[in-house]
Amino acid sequence: MKLIIAIIQPYKLEDVKDELYKAGVNLITVSEVLGHGRQKGITEVYRGAKETGNLLRKIRLEIAVNDSFVEPTVKAIIKGAKTGETGDGKIFVVPLEDCVRIRTGEKGAVAVG
Amino acid sequence: MINTGDTAFVLLSTALVMLMTPGLALFYGGMVRKKNVLGVLMQCFILLCLLSIQWVLFGYSLAFFPSQGFTGGLTWFGLRGIGLDPNPDYAATIPHHAFIAFQMMFAVITPALIIGAFAERMKFSAFLVFSILWATLVYDPVCHWVWGSGGWLKTLGVLDFAGGIVVHTTAGIASLVAALVIGKRKNLDHNTPTPHNLPFVATGTALLWFGWFGFNAGSALGANSVACNAFMTTNTAAAAAGLTWSILEWIRNGKPTIFGTLTGTIAGLATITPASGYVTVLSAVIIGIVASVVCYIAVGVVKPKLGYDDSLDAFGVHGVGGIIGTLMVGLFATKAVNPSGANGLFYGDSKQFFIQLFAVGVVFVYTLTVSFVLYKLVDLFMRVRVSEKEELMGLDLTQHRKRAYTVLE
Repeated sequence: MKLIIAIIQPYKLEDVKDELYKAGVNLITVSEVLGHGRQKGITEVYRGAKETGNLLRKIRLEIAVNDSFVEPTVKAIIKGAKTGETGDGKIFVVPLEDCVRIRTGEKGAVAVG
Repeated sequence: MINTGDTAFVLLSTALVMLMTPGLALFYGGMVRKKNVLGVLMQCFILLCLLSIQWVLFGYSLAFFPSQGFTGGLTWFGLRGIGLDPNPDYAATIPHHAFIAFQMMFAVITPALIIGAFAERMKFSAFLVFSILWATLVYDPVCHWVWGSGGWLKTLGVLDFAGGIVVHTTAGIASLVAALVIGKRKNLDHNTPTPHNLPFVATGTALLWFGWFGFNAGSALGANSVACNAFMTTNTAAAAAGLTWSILEWIRNGKPTIFGTLTGTIAGLATITPASGYVTVLSAVIIGIVASVVCYIAVGVVKPKLGYDDSLDAFGVHGVGGIIGTLMVGLFATKAVNPSGANGLFYGDSKQFFIQLFAVGVVFVYTLTVSFVLYKLVDLFMRVRVSEKEELMGLDLTQHRKRAYTVLE
């Protein structure tokens, strides 16, 4: 089991969601976050973000998957989020110790679904 | 002879109507996604600036200089030669400038109504060019025909108390054209956009309802009994329509919503507008109910079937409301309310209904044609729609380099 955390451009969320659905990944958590990487908070289109101390608005996806889904998920995120410009984001793949479905108490691979 | 009561009333009504454009900005602004809210507010406020200038330079002259021509012409360019004395053609008891100011606010809000149709995807520069051309070539001529001294529809006897034809039919039809020409918003099929701030929509509706008293009662151009009648019919129709829409939703969707109730009141207000000074208060109840039922069908049934994307229902609420309201003048008008009006079909005279029908038909065709040509023309020279990437990122950032909301702080 892995936890995939991806930071992407907000306007690419719809494309990434489409690609994930195509890859059979339906269980995702989305949040709005701020941060900056190599682009240091300044790009042509995000000049307005000066107000928040040069931090850019990004979308964070969290997706827990079983091992066989790791590659397809990563590929789907790249396909949806890539523009080739600085600021496209990053994907982190983290080992996941356990997962519990609250409703049933199921654990592990079954719970990841 | 200047009457101070009338003058005070018209000036205050003017200020009320002015407030409707910012009200509309909130009404529409709350309905869009949060990445586009500043875009909508900006479009409304810039029209308040742009068209106020257009009006004093040449808009008023085109619309209101007495003439039997297509427009009033440019004799009053820059308000040249207009003194402070009353102009008995329009309002004999208030200074001419009070009338100009009152009409100016109508000229501002009419193009602003169209913003609802192309919301979330129109390029700001193209929007400015389109709006000024549309105000000059559609609003000003139609205003002259219906309200201008010597205007041919006015001479024909058409009744439009406060703008069912001049304001809501023109803006509504232009909205339909705009929605069709500019095309659907992206990702619409699997991701229905939800209003980002319904409390804004409620605040906007409150300001519109409040301002509408100036719009309709003020159209009597004097503090008199016709104004009081218009005040009552306006509130009554808004109330009946809001109530009706919420009941329709309750029956059809299981729950009444604030969004539906607000939409209903606006439909009622748009529909009573042409009739407010000619019908009884009881007729206004019926007009309000009919307004909600018809607009509900237009927005909830017809639009999804036809598949055009009138984002904020500028046509479905304002256009449809304005048209049925104008026709209902021909049914419900009575000289008992306003001796300078007419008797409608229900008061024994069928003639007025056909005059109303004819006028709506003419303005429908004229607005449809000219709006379409103007859109295509602006599109040819400067492309009316933003790029796909800009649309996804939102108009706030891409057109104005500003965001409405922060994440932290």
